[in-house]
Amino acid sequence: MAATANSAEPERISDCELLATRTIIGPARLVWEAWTKAELFGRWWAPKSFPISLVACELDVRVGGGYRLVFGHEGSTAEFFGRYLEVTPPARLVWTNDEGESGQVTTVTLTESDGQTLVTVHDRYPSKQALDDEIASGSTGAMPEQLAQLDEFIASLEA
Amino acid sequence: MVQYSSSGLDASFAALSDATRRGVLVRLGRADASITDLAQTFHMTLTGMRKHVSVLEQAQLVTTEKVGRVRTCRLGPRRLADETAWLDWYRELWNARFDELDRIVQALGVKEEQPYGRNSE
Repeated sequence: MAATANSAEPERISDCELLATRTIIGPARLVWEAWTKAELFGRWWAPKSFPISLVACELDVRVGGGYRLVFGHEGSTAEFFGRYLEVTPPARLVWTNDEGESGQVTTVTLTESDGQTLVTVHDRYPSKQALDDEIASGSTGAMPEQLAQLDEFIASLEA
Repeated sequence: MVQYSSSGLDASFAALSDATRRGVLVRLGRADASITDLAQTFHMTLTGMRKHVSVLEQAQLVTTEKVGRVRTCRLGPRRLADETAWLDWYRELWNARFDELDRIVQALGVKEEQPYGRNSE
């Protein structure tokens, strides 16, 4: 299982859920640090291979505490924010995503075994429609400009 | 992701490069229609319209369904294409994040083992 866990592809596991898992080499408490200390979190949440950067990162990691992330992408910025619902170091972190009307709840669990940590990132949307909408709107952000224009054209037909 | 989306784009743009096919999409945006309806609207033969609809179908811009002797056309499963592309992006994002998380955690581990080392991050 450990070998397959390491190579499991992030996936839509149901109408309302996304799941990403990975085995990280290292103890859970260090993985926890990387999720909860802003200066560490900011170094991997916007991967270097992606055309986005994290221009602001504020994490108040306690139950009821808020976070705020500002991404930069080709001259424009997008802000993401929410609240932490559960904070159980170094095993479980749950937060809301409040920038949309129907944002998902993200649950991160860390399970340590033999110096390795299985990380699962689970997103649960309130409805199938909410995840479908995220996919429909999110795809244009990551796709080439032409595809965004095409999508706009199609959307204008459906309107 | 790039390969997928560019082949999808090629098919989509090829389909949209024709004025009649763009007109068919606009028409289907208002309501579903049979091939016969479309042929009449655009003053074409059934065979000609079938070819146009087939191109739109291949680009996933239109789906058709035959009920009895009537083939009904409607705007297609763009969402399926969107979902595939989005999930590819989501996978790449998380794989890249995990790669960097892995590096950071390993660096933290090394730092702990050598508290007096020169690992100033």
